[in-house]
Amino acid sequence: MGSLIEAAALDELLRLLKPKYRIYAPVRLPGKGRFSDTDLIGYAEINRSRDIVFNERSYFSPKEILFPVNQTLFYFTESQWREPETDDREILVFLRSCDLEAVKRLDQALLHNGPYPDSYYQEARAKVKFVLMECQEEFEGCFCASMGTNESRDYAFSIRPENGAYLCDVREDLEELFGRLGKPREHEPAFVREHKNPVRLPDNPEAFSEHPFWREYSERCIACGRCNVVCPTCSCFSLQDIFYDDNPKVGERRRVWAGCQIDGFADLAGGHSYRRDKGERMRYKVLHKIYHFKEHFGVNLCVGCGRCDYACPEYISFSRCVNKLAELEDSTKAEANRKLGDTSAAVEVKKDVK
Amino acid sequence: MSNNPYLPFRAPILSKTRQTAVDWTYHIGCSLNPVPGQFVEVSLPGVGECPISISDFTPDSVELTIRRVGKVTENLSRLEEADYLYLRGPYGQGFPLEQFAGRHLIIAAGGTGLAPVKSVIRHFAERPETLAGLTILAGFKSPEDILFRPELESWSRSFDVQVTVDQVCDVPVPSPGHVGLITALIPDLAIPSPTNTRAIVVGPPAMMKFTCAELLRRGLKEDQIWVSLERRMSCGLGKCGHCRVGSTHVCLDGPVFNYAKARKLVD
Repeated sequence: MGSLIEAAALDELLRLLKPKYRIYAPVRLPGKGRFSDTDLIGYAEINRSRDIVFNERSYFSPKEILFPVNQTLFYFTESQWREPETDDREILVFLRSCDLEAVKRLDQALLHNGPYPDSYYQEARAKVKFVLMECQEEFEGCFCASMGTNESRDYAFSIRPENGAYLCDVREDLEELFGRLGKPREHEPAFVREHKNPVRLPDNPEAFSEHPFWREYSERCIACGRCNVVCPTCSCFSLQDIFYDDNPKVGERRRVWAGCQIDGFADLAGGHSYRRDKGERMRYKVLHKIYHFKEHFGVNLCVGCGRCDYACPEYISFSRCVNKLAELEDSTKAEANRKLGDTSAAVEVKKDVK
Repeated sequence: MSNNPYLPFRAPILSKTRQTAVDWTYHIGCSLNPVPGQFVEVSLPGVGECPISISDFTPDSVELTIRRVGKVTENLSRLEEADYLYLRGPYGQGFPLEQFAGRHLIIAAGGTGLAPVKSVIRHFAERPETLAGLTILAGFKSPEDILFRPELESWSRSFDVQVTVDQVCDVPVPSPGHVGLITALIPDLAIPSPTNTRAIVVGPPAMMKFTCAELLRRGLKEDQIWVSLERRMSCGLGKCGHCRVGSTHVCLDGPVFNYAKARKLVD
């Protein structure tokens, strides 16, 4: 159902949803940006439509709503365990196509890999509905059109700001509210079609695992892990125990985000470690995002949101790296064909001589 | 929340035996019935959790042989009989025992690598007639680091057991003792029929790499060798990502792998 809803009416709609939903959207956090006097666009609960930032990409993705940075798994007191209380309200998240596709990747990693679903993620996931924020075009460094994540339709409603009002395509159980607060208006959400930043995927990047081109990242990367934390599909974590200072018999077990680019990720007790070299870590990450995950789940893990390129303090570009792998593959194939050509040419010559 | 796979259960320490200056064997009262080669997540509330391979088991206990190398294991080493620890598991794929029936089995273990294969050896020690032969090669840094001395002694009565140490000291090495790397024992090994031989290699990464290379040189095929990989499995459930190598999760698809597969894993 298409609907045109005025800002005041959307505010009323949000107000009516509030008792049942926690509503999250990208908002402007003044002064929290990376540089002095700049703002950060991040996810937070909202009350009004004007809180929602439509014209910029959020620095952090919405994954933290379903998979918090730091989550208590249970509290313990001597031999007793207690799981944290959960909020009964449902969750409404405003996000873009790429981030909605990213949630499907998180589902694969946290629900479907291994014999048991992650019960914490599963519980949050069952409560979530999505509001698709339309993207008219790719932001700087985005490449969703290349990753095929530019169109995602599993939303409760879509939203596009239009002359102070909002154009929506409404589904599910919210039709009644929109019918009451908005005006009927035919609307089909637009999706990004134009590749502003085309990224080409190599067929078999594993063949270049030992290639010297990874060495550039050994020198450049500083293992800060920003690319991991801003990524909407990075879902690695570590389990961690803490106890309370006043009483060491009482504490909690948590999970906290971990990242494959950060020192210690692949350390073993006793001193051995895998991928000490940062170039190897880059290779590990890039291949997971564009190759290994797909081997297992049939879709690529990277959704082309471009956040990692934007967040890197060392100006490492993931998309450039992927394109470079595709170029390496091209030149390797061309070389092989040329050699093959030479051989067949030689055979031709031989025939001629006969 | 029902079905929370992260919740551990409490289990009592039935006994604790010192193996070396830094290794202890614990018998834990619980009924897990694992496959040899599987692992558990062991935890102490307030300290943390870590993956430990099961060194042996009975219907109502598991045996864990734990080296004091990190925060959790340091705290575990302070526990005594009748204390409690916390467990989840068993996890992962163990050794495919059926693949060894009727074969000559070579087990090469370096250091604590003997722990995950101990229950394989016990399995065949109880049914020696199911194998064409069993050769056990166990390597340790020094005689003081030798694990499972009584067991090595008893296995040597039915099987070919050879212990080697990197360097000697005044502590004796069970006979026939050797000095040097495990790889040095392989060229002289009696392998009557390479096609009817299977091997298990468990130990530090370099030891596994070179031992497998020696076995291949003796005519074994890659798919006749199994290894057990060590990674930092934080969750054991295929979620946390720490043990992922390519599209393989060591906690789910391993830790035991056929070498034909393990060889291709690029960390």
